[in-house]
Amino acid sequence: MAGILVYVHHDEGELSPQGLGVLAKAASLGGDVTAFLAGSGVDDAWAGSLGGHGAAKVLVADDPALAGGLPQPVVDAIEASAREADAVLFGAGVVSADVAAGLAARIGAGIACETTEIALADGGILATRPALGDTVMVESGFRGTGIVLARANAFPVNESPSGTAPVERVAVDVKPWSQAATPAGREQAEAAGVDITEADILVAVGRGMGGPENVPIVEELAKAIGGEVAATRAVVDAGWVPYSMQVGQTGKTVSPKLYIACGVSGAIQHKVGMANAGTIVAINKDPNAPIHEFADVSVIGDALTIIPKLTDALRNR
Amino acid sequence: MNIAVCVKEVPSGTSHKRLDPATNRLDRSGDSELNPFDLHALEEAVRIREGGADVGEIVAVCMGPPSAQRALQKALALGADRAVLVSDESLAGSDIGGTAHVLAAVVAKQDAELVILGQQAADADCYVMAAAVADHLERPVVTQVAELTVEGAGIRAKRQAEHGYDVIEAPLPAVVSVSDAINTPRLPSIKAIMGAKKKPLETLSAADAGVDSGRVGESGAQSFVRSVVPPAAKSAGVTIEDSGGDSAGQVVEILAGKGLI
Repeated sequence: MAGILVYVHHDEGELSPQGLGVLAKAASLGGDVTAFLAGSGVDDAWAGSLGGHGAAKVLVADDPALAGGLPQPVVDAIEASAREADAVLFGAGVVSADVAAGLAARIGAGIACETTEIALADGGILATRPALGDTVMVESGFRGTGIVLARANAFPVNESPSGTAPVERVAVDVKPWSQAATPAGREQAEAAGVDITEADILVAVGRGMGGPENVPIVEELAKAIGGEVAATRAVVDAGWVPYSMQVGQTGKTVSPKLYIACGVSGAIQHKVGMANAGTIVAINKDPNAPIHEFADVSVIGDALTIIPKLTDALRNR
Repeated sequence: MNIAVCVKEVPSGTSHKRLDPATNRLDRSGDSELNPFDLHALEEAVRIREGGADVGEIVAVCMGPPSAQRALQKALALGADRAVLVSDESLAGSDIGGTAHVLAAVVAKQDAELVILGQQAADADCYVMAAAVADHLERPVVTQVAELTVEGAGIRAKRQAEHGYDVIEAPLPAVVSVSDAINTPRLPSIKAIMGAKKKPLETLSAADAGVDSGRVGESGAQSFVRSVVPPAAKSAGVTIEDSGGDSAGQVVEILAGKGLI
């Protein structure tokens, strides 16, 4: 094999644990793994530290056009290195996925999404993903360069990194149209009153709760059971509750002893953040909702009716 | 400004989804529907028009089997002015890259400054199509957009990433994918459903669409399914059919039995 290239995303210098996890996985397959970092004013020592996470070499694309954290300039930067690789791996993430997709289109490569297992066979890379509501495991191979995008939290980070890798800087030529989109501001997540990752019991509100006026119903249940309120991306985006309460791919990863999902469909983006909860109770009137496939206790019924009764039953114990 | 909305026909939520063991492709023989995530893309196009932007036409674009005409009828009922279906035997078995190539080829012919996609397809659960189409078209892209405004000759989009929200601006022409939280899709009126039948729905062959035959279908696919196996066994959960809230006591008993309360 000519080798595996791993794109490690960072957000203003903070390395993505998703990218680091994929890097560690790639290193475990044997053979030399090259990491790829893109940014502006990239420090050699920082880049070299990826050696501790499994990189034998680190390629650095350093250009002012890569400062904004947007995906399209990164596609231009990684293209030449990707063309020489047998496989290019990406950790989960909004920007990582955009880079992977743009790169696949650019170099005409196959792409595997939501990957939870990576292996080598027949001189190429194999990517396995759960599909069809995680009811089957599909293993894919590639004709040429394979682009593999991991599912969130599929691959753990090496928690005790040591050592460094040599750093090589690559030429960068960012196309004008790749720079057409520009960052125009960022809303940082506000400081949370409660850290939901520390809670033993979480009661999650999903869009099936109807509207923000029904959030107090879930809050009452959380109070009665001694838990905290969490939420799905849909209700956070819709402004019902703050981002700090969000569980899922772009939110928090939680593993409470008990997770009560109220009107939550259980889409992958949410599932990857809470599938390791000890016991999952799902209350959702849609019998086809994906959450009923992996909940320990599935209640098929109207959450708005059931939750107040559940709250009363808990209070009356 | 014209808007193109890329849509997909997917097996309906009530269909039993399975892979055809002979081909390892998704079995599409059951009921199908317009991809639910695409409803948000269509709704956003209509909202942009209703919001006062100068929208010439909204065209729905789809690659799929002939049955996908039904999904496009729904797109027309939801506000698209016309629809284009690329349907060709040679496209069956296309991978993500092949599909992106076809969509980009068709969109390029539509004179649409803004291209909107849903954030993902409900059957494949991939959210990469918008960025792939944008690269083919050499246009800026913003994915998973939760708030979108068209301002003059550009767009302003707010989207959630791992650290919170980004606001991104881009000039038109541009490509966006919208989150399912961006809006609440309306239901089409009977009048709109009837009216949809009078709107143009064009079907193109792969050649008509300007598709490079080497990049599509099973022979052009750069990724292929090697095996399909059941996932690791997981103990089946308990299912309770609730009626009027009568499950509350049972849930409490189960939780108490597990020592959780």
